[in-house]
Amino acid sequence: MNEFLMFIKAFVVGGGICCIGQALIQNTNMTSARILVLFVVSGVILTVIGVYKPLVDFAGAGATVPLTGFGYSLAMGTLEAVNKYGIFGAFTGGITNTAAGISAAVLFGLINALIFKPKAKP
Amino acid sequence: MKSDMHNQKYDELVKKMTPNSRMLRGYVRAFWVGGTICCIGQALNLLGNALELTVMTSPMFTSMVLIFIGTTLTGFGVYDRIGRYAGAGSIVPITGFANSIAASAIEFRREGLILGLGSRLFAVAGPVLAYGISSSILAGLIHWGLGRIG
Repeated sequence: MNEFLMFIKAFVVGGGICCIGQALIQNTNMTSARILVLFVVSGVILTVIGVYKPLVDFAGAGATVPLTGFGYSLAMGTLEAVNKYGIFGAFTGGITNTAAGISAAVLFGLINALIFKPKAKP
Repeated sequence: MKSDMHNQKYDELVKKMTPNSRMLRGYVRAFWVGGTICCIGQALNLLGNALELTVMTSPMFTSMVLIFIGTTLTGFGVYDRIGRYAGAGSIVPITGFANSIAASAIEFRREGLILGLGSRLFAVAGPVLAYGISSSILAGLIHWGLGRIG
């Protein structure tokens, strides 16, 4: 039952975060690249001021799967590494914590481009 | 005459309402598709627990699988179709980040393997990483500075 509740929370919070992006698309001329940058940086800022961690505890994947969660992951890694290694942690923690995702995206993207041909735009 | 007036009013009403309903539709689509992708992530979290992954590796597992799904669906041309339907519901989740990499890699492959594929791979992901990483470093430096003072 508790796990079922987590799915509902993930659905509502994740969907809600996507609706913020949708509001930006519909009401401004922001491209998807700008929206993604805005979401990552917002995720970093919200994590540092202590707002995003409670949201992750509450909604699980609903908060970690949107790109704000990527910013959360970067910021959490950095803060933990600073506590451990001092000032050098600021330069190592972020990428360390997100390395799996970044590396996977680069490798899978590369393999995909080698396998698939570009599709004609309909 | 009377029916002309009626039609005119009706047309105005249609004009007034249509953009609103179209905007509402955009939100509904973004909401349910984005929410569903997050639920897939939640299911992967559970699967990660079942596979007895650690606190450290479980989120890695989830994001890697989602990224794999995103790039593969992009390759088959399915993610673009989801994108046209769902707007931000497909852009904002991590699968959208994966899509941005895979789509530009596929598109610019014809310009060569190094400066086409290798460089344009980061057309959207590059700015995301540049600003994301830089802001997190800045946050770390501030955190470090405050720790020294406090």
